Amino acid sequence: MTKFIDLTLSGISDGAVYAAVALALVLIWRATRIVNFAQGAMLMVTTFIASAVINSSGHYWLGFVVALACGLVLGALVERVLIRPVEYAPPLNAVILTLGLYTLLVAIAGMIWGNTPRSFPPAFSLRGYEVGGTRLLFTPNDTFIVLVVIAVAVGLAALFRLTSLGLQMRASAFAPEVARLLGVRVARMFTVGWALAAVAGALAGVLVAPSVFLGPNSFDPILITGFVAAVLGGLDSPPGAVIGGVSLGVALSYVSGYAGSSLVPLAALVILVAVLMLRPGGLFAASAERRV
Amino acid sequence: MLRVEELTTDYGAVRAVDGVSLEAPEGTVTAVLGANGAGKTSLLRTITGLVPPRSGRVKIGDADITGMAVEEIVRRGVAHVPEGRGVIAELTVHENLRLGGLWRRGGAAPVAEIYELFPRLGEREQQPASRLSGGERQMLSIGRALMARPRVLLLDEPSLGLAPVIVAQIMAMIRSLADNLGLAVLLVEQNARSALSIANRGIVLNLGRVVADREPGELAADERLRHAYLGF
Repeated sequence: MTKFIDLTLSGISDGAVYAAVALALVLIWRATRIVNFAQGAMLMVTTFIASAVINSSGHYWLGFVVALACGLVLGALVERVLIRPVEYAPPLNAVILTLGLYTLLVAIAGMIWGNTPRSFPPAFSLRGYEVGGTRLLFTPNDTFIVLVVIAVAVGLAALFRLTSLGLQMRASAFAPEVARLLGVRVARMFTVGWALAAVAGALAGVLVAPSVFLGPNSFDPILITGFVAAVLGGLDSPPGAVIGGVSLGVALSYVSGYAGSSLVPLAALVILVAVLMLRPGGLFAASAERRV
Repeated sequence: MLRVEELTTDYGAVRAVDGVSLEAPEGTVTAVLGANGAGKTSLLRTITGLVPPRSGRVKIGDADITGMAVEEIVRRGVAHVPEGRGVIAELTVHENLRLGGLWRRGGAAPVAEIYELFPRLGEREQQPASRLSGGERQMLSIGRALMARPRVLLLDEPSLGLAPVIVAQIMAMIRSLADNLGLAVLLVEQNARSALSIANRGIVLNLGRVVADREPGELAADERLRHAYLGF
């Protein structure tokens, strides 16, 4: 029973990170119909910057905030400089561009920081909670991860539902031409979308870095899992991304605990294929309704 | 109010609009008629900047808006209700309306004013626009355009796919917008009979060119023109 609780809780914590990555992918897909393959490399760079700030200043939270701020700037910059020129070109152009950016960022990170993975400090203790004499695997840091991802998801939902900026972003995503005819500066909304996405990505980076170590390629598996989570949630629904991320985290945690951790990547791919075959619109098929 | 001078638009090798000149004074409805592919929609898309013109000018009052970005042209008081209703189905009726006046900030029309004009929309305020009927969607598109208090209203086939009773209602509404709000309305229609019933002027396009620009009564009386281009 303790094992089941342990696996469920750590699955939720892993899932929160997948949810953040999925959010990063979904926000960009919704806005510009591009899967950002460079997302993993972008969050790797912001996490390296956080690491440098933490090491030189000794303050974790300074590094944390700097990572998110760098994500914001990097996301906006990538959209403005690389993506905008190919926005109306065939989708493959943008895909190749993001793959190119991935390669570029990984190479640059290797040159600056080296290819040996290094440790990254957690925000809070990694010692599990003690409940009735048993020590759980779930740690205060896991609590932090879950809470901060919930906060981001709620914040994004509020932004989209309650603010004028959110209304303009949704309109730009659903019907860019109509939005322009209503005076919405659609190109600017796309930049904001990329910037917010990169913040979610940067957050996932600093949250997961303590457990994967920090190297130019350490976040590649997270991106794949995040992508599966995004597809699970329907690829264009932010709440779907969060639910997809958490359910995937829990499912993979069970696979890891009961069937062996080496099966986890395989299980993720099996889930991806199964979802694409059975419910191509994702489990939360808001998109199916939309395409009518 | 709206003046189009010798406007020409190409799509690649195809000339969609060919030297069109027209005028839509305020408080009037100018009908632009013609068959499918006559260049009516391309004309509107060029006026609002969705498509760049090859040559010619578009003016609002004294201001030359040729070649401006769509967002800027909208800010000069041009509202374009695109073909196929153009409501954003994923947003609620209220959100669609709010969106129409956002760039105006304080200067937008209050949503309540639109509900007064179209009570049906008020009843369905919180529903997604996808649940509206065709006629209601058309009302929503027009109401949304009015949110920004435009001076020029471009309407692309508002009667498309609607029942005759609803078409008559929409046409009466368009007429009253020109009369009561002083809008300059450019009404693109294939349904020539309905459009001419409320228009001050009728312009017939064929293969991108103006083939007639007359009073509605004269157009309807010209049997040759009617048979060749207007289909009634």
